[in-house]
Amino acid sequence: MLRVEGLRVSYGAVEAVKGLDLDVGAGEIVALIGANGAGKSTTLMAISGATAVSGGYIRFRGTAIEGRPASEIVRLGIAHVPEGRRIFKRLTVLENLQVGAYTRRDRREVEASLEGMFGYFPALRDRRGQQGGTLSGGEQQMLAIGRALMANPTLLLLDEPSLGLAPLMVERIFDIIRSIHRSGTTMLLVEQNARTALGVADRAYVVETGRIVLHGPASALLDDPKVRTAYLGEVIA
Amino acid sequence: MFLQQLINGLTLGGVYALVALGYTMVYGILELINFAHGEIYMLGAYIGIIALGLFTAWGWTAAAPALSLLAAVAVAAVYCGAVGATVERLAYRPLRRAHRLTPLISAIGVSIVLQNVVMLTQGSADKVFPRLSDAPTTFAVAGATVSALQLWIVGISAALMGSLHLLIRKTRLGLAMRATAQDPRMASLVGVPVNRVITATFVIGSALAAVAGVMVGLYYGVVNFFIGYVAGIKAFTAAVLGGIGNVPGAMLGGVILGVLEGLGAGYLSNEYKDVIAFVILILVLIVRPTGLMGERIPDKV
Ligand SMILES: Nc1ncnc2c1ncn2[C@@H]1O[C@H](COP(=O)(O)OP(=O)(O)OP(=O)(O)O)[C@@H](O)[C@H]1O
Ligand SMILES: [Mg+2]
Repeated sequence: MLRVEGLRVSYGAVEAVKGLDLDVGAGEIVALIGANGAGKSTTLMAISGATAVSGGYIRFRGTAIEGRPASEIVRLGIAHVPEGRRIFKRLTVLENLQVGAYTRRDRREVEASLEGMFGYFPALRDRRGQQGGTLSGGEQQMLAIGRALMANPTLLLLDEPSLGLAPLMVERIFDIIRSIHRSGTTMLLVEQNARTALGVADRAYVVETGRIVLHGPASALLDDPKVRTAYLGEVIA
Repeated sequence: MFLQQLINGLTLGGVYALVALGYTMVYGILELINFAHGEIYMLGAYIGIIALGLFTAWGWTAAAPALSLLAAVAVAAVYCGAVGATVERLAYRPLRRAHRLTPLISAIGVSIVLQNVVMLTQGSADKVFPRLSDAPTTFAVAGATVSALQLWIVGISAALMGSLHLLIRKTRLGLAMRATAQDPRMASLVGVPVNRVITATFVIGSALAAVAGVMVGLYYGVVNFFIGYVAGIKAFTAAVLGGIGNVPGAMLGGVILGVLEGLGAGYLSNEYKDVIAFVILILVLIVRPTGLMGERIPDKV
């Protein structure tokens, strides 16, 4: 579904992504794990068109999308839940969701998406008239995911959905992520919380300083000694 | 006299509010103080003179003064909307990633260019506005006099502000504008065409300023190529008073400034009228820089 080849992204003189390759198959959850500053968010930004690409290819369902404007990429079916949620604090919950469906014209389909989305996040229905900024961290994360779902994506890019949330809330969010996936949405998931990510993912890639250094089935990476010491915080006796 | 000055002040206040909206909407989205905005207002007044001159020559103003007024206002709005969009495209968009001060300098440049274009093509002497009618209609209200033109000005200003409010609150474009003002990168991630939203913001703000220009021109009867400067500062004051970036704030700030000016002109002296805006600007900046309705100074670049 998504193929990234030799992706390069620079911020001025600093190259944050240095020839990165990855694949996401239809129906998969693929995790991208790595330390702070490894280039995970930058990779997602490049895929969704929010950051200029300086080299490489990104193909989504057979279409070359590198360098295309973000609005076009959303229309093609990629929605992005960015790091830090970035909900619109001074828009209401409902307006946040409506703006998530900005590229869609068919009102009835949007209404159906809204109902489907409230199915995953019933709390948002109760709070739909409230300003986004008044939500709790967990609710804001729900809203960020809900907003992305309103674009009716086939591929969902999730950037650290567990960031700053209490363990119980992380569990709830990941349960919902699983059920969204079960209903047919492919996912590329970035996480620092490697254990959680490897727990839900089919496959995973490990990024270090802008390159993939390891990849394989999630279960294999969970057992990999290097991953266990570097990313799961285990001390191997 | 109080009522008379209040009425005069409300008339001016509506006009200041229209111009202030352009400052505040552009600031809300780009955090740019569009110093050229006052010149758009001045340009609107000149387009109004040209349009009304033609309408008079064609006999329209005599036959239908109200329609002629609306038509002149519409012509100026369309023309200045296009100029505003062009200015954004040529003078600000290429500098979007530059240091914050750079577009300000560009704005001052645009301002000088617009003034000089008008001066060279229209002359530097005062221009007299064509009269809509030889015997202006007036009404007596509790000892004060209200002219039909004042009612038109207040009515048009109120209608435009009401429409703008609905546009921002109830339409897809309005939602896109509010999202872009809060987080342009995120807005583009959900598919909002941010550049087109910015263009629309300049078009709307410039059109409102043009309407204000025509109406003030008719109200005072004369204009010159330099009126954009003082009007710009007053409208900017109104925007700051309401809370820069805040749309209802600009409306409120404009009306308050107009009324204070009207009362000041009546009770102090007409000469001090223009000073009031400067005093308010300085006071607001010292006492409450976020203005009456501004929550906080946004921290993005
Ligand atoms: N806007 C920016 N301007 C300049 N450098 C940036 C910018 N964004 C990221 N970088 C740099 O690019 C590199 C990769 O950053 P990125 O945010 O992609 O990492 P990440 O893997 O998502 O890290 P984290 O886990 O902390 O979110 C880092 O060295 C970072 O400092
Ligand atoms: Mg990141």
